[in-house]
Amino acid sequence: MSTVVLLTVTGLGLGALYFLVASGLSLIFGLMDVLNFAHGALLSVGAYATWWAASHGFGYPLALLFGTAVGTLASVALELGLIRPLYRRPREQVLATVGVGLAVPALLSAIWGADARTFPVPGSLAGTFTVLGANVPVDRLVLIGAALVVLVALKVFLGRTRHGLVVRAGVEDRAMVTALGIDVRKAFTLVFAIGGAAAALAGGLAGLYFGSVDPTQGSSLLVFGFVVVVMGGLGSVSGAAVACVVVGLVQQFANYYSTAGLGDLSVVVMLAALLLVRPSGLTGRLA
Amino acid sequence: MNVPALLRRWWPLLALTVLVLLPYSALPLPGLLDGPIGSPGSLQLLALCLVFGALATGYDLLLGRTGLLSFGHALYFAGGTYATDLLLTQAGLNFWLAAGLGLLAGVVLAALLGSVSLRMSGIGFAMVTLAFAQAGSILVERDPGGVTGGEEGLAATGLPGWLVGIQNTANLYWIALAYLVVTLVAVQWAVRSPIGRVWEGIRENERRVEVLGLRPYGFKLVAFVLAGTLAALGGVVYLLLTGGATPQATTSDFTLSLLVMVVLGGSGTRWGPLVGGVLYTWAQHRLASLAGSGTIAGLPSVLRVPLSQPLFLLGVLFVVVVYALPGGVAGLPARLRGRGAQA
Repeated sequence: MSTVVLLTVTGLGLGALYFLVASGLSLIFGLMDVLNFAHGALLSVGAYATWWAASHGFGYPLALLFGTAVGTLASVALELGLIRPLYRRPREQVLATVGVGLAVPALLSAIWGADARTFPVPGSLAGTFTVLGANVPVDRLVLIGAALVVLVALKVFLGRTRHGLVVRAGVEDRAMVTALGIDVRKAFTLVFAIGGAAAALAGGLAGLYFGSVDPTQGSSLLVFGFVVVVMGGLGSVSGAAVACVVVGLVQQFANYYSTAGLGDLSVVVMLAALLLVRPSGLTGRLA
Repeated sequence: MNVPALLRRWWPLLALTVLVLLPYSALPLPGLLDGPIGSPGSLQLLALCLVFGALATGYDLLLGRTGLLSFGHALYFAGGTYATDLLLTQAGLNFWLAAGLGLLAGVVLAALLGSVSLRMSGIGFAMVTLAFAQAGSILVERDPGGVTGGEEGLAATGLPGWLVGIQNTANLYWIALAYLVVTLVAVQWAVRSPIGRVWEGIRENERRVEVLGLRPYGFKLVAFVLAGTLAALGGVVYLLLTGGATPQATTSDFTLSLLVMVVLGGSGTRWGPLVGGVLYTWAQHRLASLAGSGTIAGLPSVLRVPLSQPLFLLGVLFVVVVYALPGGVAGLPARLRGRGAQA
């Protein structure tokens, strides 16, 4: 029983990371038709910024805030500097993000080395607590909590605010929104800021979860982020939330109860099976 | 026929003759290569350039010719490499049999996974191919049963003597060249065949092809399997060149580098992907050796740190090409002519 509880909480923690990556990806893709390959790079920027701040004497919450802010700025800079000039060429937008996705991890490993750096985990988050006989690390709860906060915030933003309305309408039909006289480009920058913030937050939390930061962390999480996005249906935040829980749990349980690595494989097989049955993903929204 | 016209018609043959004869040349190319052309080190680099030029050409069959954005091409390349390597080291087969079966494994893998992933289109297809390739990459790195060598890679054993050792680099170079010729001919032939016309139609407007009464699925699958086969063959050649299989060849970064090569050179053109592949591979190796040299070490850290990472420079270069040079290097002459005509 205790193993099941531990695996569930750990799986949910991992799922929380996937959600933070996937929600931004999903929104950006839904609104702009851009598959953001630089999303992993944004995560790494957030992870390194958090790590840098945390090892320079900031407390963890402040460091996480700093990392998220840096990631958000990087994301907005990416949108304004590289994506915006290519609005009429969607394929080139994807290619530009591929270039950034290659260059940024290389730059990070040039500055701080290709090896993993130990993340200074604060004492209050390093311990465990007991649930149903299982010793569950506290950091898992932080991850799940952060993902829940982001999910609720996104839901409120999309459902209750005017900007959220523009974003939702843009996901449905961008041309129509433009025809109504709304400058949809501001929404583009906005979703990039949101996505970048979520990814950078995921980076800072990934440092906590894995206990270290390294330049390739972003791209390996990005792949599972893609899996979650496709499974949840592109452009759907709720779909991503459901899919990330499924993916995180399946991965953890399969990795534990069979040989390591099989969990990652089973996620991919699950994706293939789902797409064969329902080519449009869980929520039936595929552009 | 005058000489320029003859040259325009037959220059590929001339270029091929020059390439075949390169191992006999002792011409030094300072700056471009470390030693004279015929030296083993230079031949090895040239052979790698040719292999990646061919791989990029094969990948462009999907990207530029059929309009399929696959992020899993590394899987079929690595499939050819690892299958052959495993058959050599684990089953102890002779090289030709192992290579043949390795190639077959790549073909079967491409047919199987292609038939699944092509049920999706557009970005869905891209992500599914990425996921499959990632599965392959995980499988190799986790090393089930200790057969793939994990992160260490797997050195090939039991290769025939004339393919091993520094003194036989010329043989490997010729094999790489032969692979390039095979790829160029196969791609050119396929693109000009009736199937190739349909690919072009799918790239331009898939719905219209459907309206004309053709099922794009089958045609796309043919392109996918052909590209996968060429990649698997490239994997076998790469195994010979590097004397083993490395897990880096399975990663999504490998596929992304193919994508960069194709776009750098010019997607959907005959020579563009080849040029892109050769340039990229050459630049990567030269930049790496440049990074280790004293010229860079003497620079201030603001310049030295980014310059020490070839991938950073290539990523930046790629973004620049996407912006400033749509159509890649292959589109450059036409752009220059166009600018000249405007002026």
